[in-house]
Amino acid sequence: MIDNHILAPIFIQLFVAIIQLIFWRKTITQRYLSIGGSIIGLLVAIRLFSRVYEGGILTMNAANWDAPFGIVFVADTLSVTLVLLTSIAALSVSLFSSVGLSRQRMLYGYFPIFHFLIMGLNGAFLTGDIFNLYVFFEVIIISSFVLMTLGGRKAQVEGAVKYMAMNILASTFFLTGIGILYGLTGSLNMADLSLKIQEVQNKSLIGITSCFFIVGFGIKSAVFPLYYWLPSSYHTPPSAVAATFGGLLTKVGIYAMLRVFSLIFIPDDFTRNLLLTIAVFTIITGAMGALIKTNIRRLFSYLIVCHIGFMIGGIGMFTKVALMGTIFYLIHDIIVKTNLFLIAGLIRQLRGSMDMKKLGGLYRDYPKITLLIAIVLFSLVGIPPLSGFWPKIYLFQEAFTQEQYFYVFGLIVGSFVTLYVIAKMWSEVFWKQPDNEQDIDDRFEPMPLYRKILMVLPIGILALTTLYIGLNAETIVHVADRISTQLIDTSAYVQAVLGTK
Amino acid sequence: MELLLVLVLGLLYSAGVYLILRRSMVKLLLGIMLLGHGTNILIFVVGKITKGHPPVIDETYKVFQEIYADPIPQALILTAIVISFGLTSFAIVLLKRVYALVDSDDLDNLNTPEEEDI
Repeated sequence: MIDNHILAPIFIQLFVAIIQLIFWRKTITQRYLSIGGSIIGLLVAIRLFSRVYEGGILTMNAANWDAPFGIVFVADTLSVTLVLLTSIAALSVSLFSSVGLSRQRMLYGYFPIFHFLIMGLNGAFLTGDIFNLYVFFEVIIISSFVLMTLGGRKAQVEGAVKYMAMNILASTFFLTGIGILYGLTGSLNMADLSLKIQEVQNKSLIGITSCFFIVGFGIKSAVFPLYYWLPSSYHTPPSAVAATFGGLLTKVGIYAMLRVFSLIFIPDDFTRNLLLTIAVFTIITGAMGALIKTNIRRLFSYLIVCHIGFMIGGIGMFTKVALMGTIFYLIHDIIVKTNLFLIAGLIRQLRGSMDMKKLGGLYRDYPKITLLIAIVLFSLVGIPPLSGFWPKIYLFQEAFTQEQYFYVFGLIVGSFVTLYVIAKMWSEVFWKQPDNEQDIDDRFEPMPLYRKILMVLPIGILALTTLYIGLNAETIVHVADRISTQLIDTSAYVQAVLGTK
Repeated sequence: MELLLVLVLGLLYSAGVYLILRRSMVKLLLGIMLLGHGTNILIFVVGKITKGHPPVIDETYKVFQEIYADPIPQALILTAIVISFGLTSFAIVLLKRVYALVDSDDLDNLNTPEEEDI
């Protein structure tokens, strides 16, 4: 079914960003526009989600060029779910950043760039053309470069060099892969590619091409051994920016892998083993890194890497149950990781530090906020019935069915270390008496009430979403089930794009 | 022509990878640029080079009668060039800023411990 509604999530963000550019240096107006635009974006995403969930896949041919010749936008359940999650995360971050950022950064265009970034994310989720996916990836990375360097502190620009170099390299790999793929098949439309790739005689060249995509998306989603840029850059920008990055950017890599490996390169034994091995090493190295960090944002950065491994393993096993686990984990992870970095920003406002050694006594001083944070941390660890628990059932189940005991080992180590570091963080940050009471620099207490509310509200929204995902797991399982069915059997997707043939 | 282009793109890729592996920031930048150019030529070559046959259908026919030059790789390269122009100019400004702050061209010196000023 042809529908222009698909473009709404992209265009709303674009228009919000452009209107904000008109109000350059008027930060108050930009704040209202940002929050308003995010709310509209969320409403549109909810509407799009319900339409696709009830009515099936929607497509839109750009400039009315029939697929496979023009650029096509496709909204299947996976796309709209991710657009919905992105919109929830974007609303929370835009609420948080309206008070959590220094005025200096807002003056130099934080809000417009933030909305360009969300536009790129929505576009990457909705496009059905692989070169268009590359273009949206570039929109994402150029916006994220600006967000990362905004403010220009020394540590920030140093982190940005690593981030920039690795991401440009990833794009080059991705583009090389696209080039070879076009040479092999003569098409760029992903649905068309899934048909044409079966006719290619030279199977080994297809294998090599898929390796280009693994490396390109692997750098973006931060898998072993390509993740070193992430922990050395994600702790440098302001927490609101880090929340967007940590929650959403690495997940675009996972989304692209899901899309490319389900449609174009159906994983063979080699790819499966490669992905599973990568997954286990990602989990273990991420976990080891998390163990030794005392700065809570560095710790969270390593936890991102660790949990990316869970999802890569699910893609590696590539069965319906495994993909259900991956997708449920993806849904849970976007919300929780965004929230973790917002929490880090809140803790910084409460205590003036993010080092576990200097922190302490938060439970004594702010019991209600602590309770809110506890929900998030518990669901990150995966304590039943919260959201981190359910996807692991599917991943464990499938790993045992396929006898992938190495991956089971990785899952156990990853879950255990997450529990350990969060327990350590809990006792250090919330329970311990701070060593030196004079050092505490509480910027939260003197704030006016509306600022306090705007700071805690986004964390509350995301915590409620997490609770909803955990306590209403049946609905999410249905969504994940629908998505994984569409990923395993792509005929519905292909038919929706190319028409009935 | 194809053979020459293949040699050039191999040279660009290898030089790009070599330069990226060096420790100097300027060489990193040059390496990224060379890799980007190599990719552009790669797309051009895999799109099959056809001379003297523009993708225009003769008015007496309804479909192409012979092999024609594929316009899509050129459109892709054009897009990729514009994007890499933007990225490269950002990278140059960033590296200049880093050089001003760190006062060194060595990538190994980019490990200042975290400042607590956010």
